[in-house]
Amino acid sequence: MFKNNLHHIYAWLLLSPALILMGTFTHIPSILTLISSFFSTGTKKFPSKFVGIENYEMIFDDPIFLEAVINNIWYAIATIVPSIILAILMALIVDSKLSGRVLVRMAYFTPTILPMIAVSNIWLFFYTPEIGLMDQIATNLGFNSQNWLGDKDTVLNCIILITIWKEAGFFMIFYLAALQNIPPELKEAAFLEGSSKFYFFRRITFPLLMPITLFVLINATLNSFKLVDHLFILTKGGPDNASNLILYYIYETAFSFLDSSYAATLTIFLLFALAIISIVQFMFFDKRTHYR
Amino acid sequence: MKNYFNSTSIEYFAAWILALVWVSPLLYAFWAAFHPQEYAINFEILAPLTLSNFAEAWEQAPFARYFLNTFLIVSSILIVQFIVCTLAAYAFARYDFFGSKILFAIILIQLMIVPEILIVENYKIMSKLNLVDTILGVGLPYMASAFGIFLLRQTFKSIPKELEEAARIEGCKLFGILLRVYVPLAKPTYLAYGLVSVSYHWNNFLWPLVITNSVNTRPLTVGLAIFGAPESGVNWSLISAATLLSVSPLLLGFILFQKQFIQSFMFAGIK
Amino acid sequence: MFCYIKRLKKIIVSTLGVLLFFTTQLFGIELNMYYPVAVGGSLTKIVDGMVDEFEKKNPDVKVNAIYAGNYNDARIKALAALKSGKPAQLSVMFSIDIYELIEQDAIVPFDDLVSTYEDKAWLYSFYPTLMQNGVTDGKVWGIPFQRSTIVMYYNKDMFRKAGLNPNKPPKDWDELVSYGKKIVDSTSSWGVMIPSTGYPYWMFGALTMQNDQVLMNGDGNKTYFDHPSVVGALQYWHDLGNKHKVMPSGTIEWGTLRKNFLEGKTAMMWHSTGNLTTVKKNAKFDFGVAMLPASKRRGTPTGGGNFYIFKNTSAAEKKASLRLIKFMTSPEQAAHWSKSTGYMGVSPASYQTSSLTNYVKTFPPALVARDQLKFATAELSTFQTGRVRKLLDDAIQSVLTGNNSPSSALKKAQMSADKLLKRYR
Repeated sequence: MFKNNLHHIYAWLLLSPALILMGTFTHIPSILTLISSFFSTGTKKFPSKFVGIENYEMIFDDPIFLEAVINNIWYAIATIVPSIILAILMALIVDSKLSGRVLVRMAYFTPTILPMIAVSNIWLFFYTPEIGLMDQIATNLGFNSQNWLGDKDTVLNCIILITIWKEAGFFMIFYLAALQNIPPELKEAAFLEGSSKFYFFRRITFPLLMPITLFVLINATLNSFKLVDHLFILTKGGPDNASNLILYYIYETAFSFLDSSYAATLTIFLLFALAIISIVQFMFFDKRTHYR
Repeated sequence: MKNYFNSTSIEYFAAWILALVWVSPLLYAFWAAFHPQEYAINFEILAPLTLSNFAEAWEQAPFARYFLNTFLIVSSILIVQFIVCTLAAYAFARYDFFGSKILFAIILIQLMIVPEILIVENYKIMSKLNLVDTILGVGLPYMASAFGIFLLRQTFKSIPKELEEAARIEGCKLFGILLRVYVPLAKPTYLAYGLVSVSYHWNNFLWPLVITNSVNTRPLTVGLAIFGAPESGVNWSLISAATLLSVSPLLLGFILFQKQFIQSFMFAGIK
Repeated sequence: MFCYIKRLKKIIVSTLGVLLFFTTQLFGIELNMYYPVAVGGSLTKIVDGMVDEFEKKNPDVKVNAIYAGNYNDARIKALAALKSGKPAQLSVMFSIDIYELIEQDAIVPFDDLVSTYEDKAWLYSFYPTLMQNGVTDGKVWGIPFQRSTIVMYYNKDMFRKAGLNPNKPPKDWDELVSYGKKIVDSTSSWGVMIPSTGYPYWMFGALTMQNDQVLMNGDGNKTYFDHPSVVGALQYWHDLGNKHKVMPSGTIEWGTLRKNFLEGKTAMMWHSTGNLTTVKKNAKFDFGVAMLPASKRRGTPTGGGNFYIFKNTSAAEKKASLRLIKFMTSPEQAAHWSKSTGYMGVSPASYQTSSLTNYVKTFPPALVARDQLKFATAELSTFQTGRVRKLLDDAIQSVLTGNNSPSSALKKAQMSADKLLKRYR
């Protein structure tokens, strides 16, 4: 029915609002970021000028950025793996016939709808030495007081714990959807064969959860690069950059140090990392659309 | 039927402990908000209850205005998202036009390059458009959503073409077809996407922090962040009260419509 | 058709003109002002109250005072506003932002705005020490407003419990350690806490001044991070926690410290005098306020926020801004501000007002910050101030968390600072 040539024009017209908006705030800024990464930041005394790859050389000479990258990699791994395991567990719990599972499901999911910035202050209370909740519990049980956020060895893991708390319930939803798609006959058949619970999970449930795991994995990786809200309240990347992450450092460089060119260079680095992930994701999406 | 987690009491117990741990920040917020400030960090069961923290928080910061801002931001984003994504999704779902495949790929890039990453350059663009410190400036980068387009495209594709043709015979033009056929049939998708979008933007922080300057544009999250900035000395009672105030609409909505919420997120996730 | 549009345009333009005329008649000048808060209490309400009073006395000026968060946020927001459709004409920002603001070409010196003899005299009516961070190149760029020094709050009840004289707080570094040890031995609390997040370089500025060494030169283009006295100061800070065990090891959170003190978890804390009124209101024990102890001498940096006027402002707006600043820093208002917050009165005249004289009579701790001024120095402020500060902050935190030695951490910081500041010399 759409055989005439007008339909090309119609399609482009329909798409134009989306294209204009997206181009202005995603694609053009990406290109502009690339361009400004080759210039120096201008001030009254030192006007902006073309500096070639000088900003990129600075990256490799910047110990804070290096630390932020290493932190971010650990942050990604240490949030993703436990979140996914917990999410599967939670989904299994909620999918079972546990009494009060509606309440339990609600509890698991609640962090998803709470703003990170608000709960960070509450987590600050949990972690604060002497007067905080963890320390109150620990000292009552006879343990020593622990300066969770004031110690370079523990601070990043404290941040990670909050992120896991925030994300696990969100990922649970996807697994729940996948679990509910498993045909009940499969479960009954396995039950009749008398296979153990663990065996059933390993041989049947888990493989069926694989595609959704890939999706969750990519989602979680992305989040680990953009979820930095809690740093603003809890640590500001400290002590001594032990909890600094790439996006927070970009924010600091651009808005505290007023060095937008170097921030642009850091952004390009981040975009490059994300591009690799996006290729993986696109291949994945492509496959999924072929299934349909 | 066989099930996990219903046989032993240990599993039952563990499931509930996990649930308790998961809501503990919220439970604490309730404790601190409803008790006098001297009980904020001392847990005495018989501590008296009070509403004074809410009154004080409400008085100390213009939360009413923040609520209005958040509401305006969230709803303007949602409305424009629905319109823009519907049009684009329809084009992708029903037209076989020149460049459609490449264009779709280009749009999907936004799934990765989210606006958060581009705060520096987007900020410059906003200041060129004179949109710094405006409600529109907070929303604009999110209004064309690759996720929304993708989701709606999938839904539209599953709607039988015959319905569209029937409507066309009845004399419907393009927008009539969209409004009478596609939008009603895609209602669950809109609901799902809408809830995801509302919860996302109600809680969004980094970009609003960058782009807003004043009380008249600041959303709740940013207002809350500067209200509870640790620099000014942490007062957990007030912060908890303020936190509960600002999450209450979403939380209430979630508790009342829990099933829809979870199904919506589920629906949006598996599409 | 075109004719019609032209006429319409004319009508619109003239209506707008009339409207504009009336609005300026009604409201006169509108000023936007950002300001930060970095201490406890409902300071926003106090600022609003002062602004209201100014508006009552100056009906032709409308002031939008916008609370922007901490010092960092306030600078970001004020600079951001300059690029937006609703720019700020003046702001309270960190006193140490001066070089950065000059480099951004954002502010004007007050010398260019004052013309009368009276106004010029006003420029010199403030405590000279408070002016140090606001003057460079022989010009005044910042007028002191919410200014502080670091003071030592101490819990007198706890001192009594440990057998210490509650009216004799430690006067030097050795006493701080020995008193601290007594408290740790006889109570379940810590001896002292010095915050090391948020503004570690500021606390450190006190320790180095006590060791008789400043952190930077007056032109803001050289730092002295690796000077032996600076290294010695960091060693002492490190030892308080790690050797003498009178302070927790690791970093101590600026934001929760006051709560720790109020809950009796530490007998002494170093904090901004801007917290005084909040501590007074909430302490359930007998507390005292003392000057910081001495090593080679007493010392503290000044701190807090100055008024700045932005360059991109009309002459009338500049005049109105100046009027507002003069009002906000007038002796009566400074006295009111000092009483309600704990920040110091910025001019000697403010301490001669009857309200502040009476207040300090009933509450002598309110004078400590002012009295300490004679030992005070400027707060760390250089070109590239954000980065240079972070270098020092990171060095301090790496030492306090036991990951580096004072000398090597500070040497590294100095090297990086030199690299940043080279082009400003």
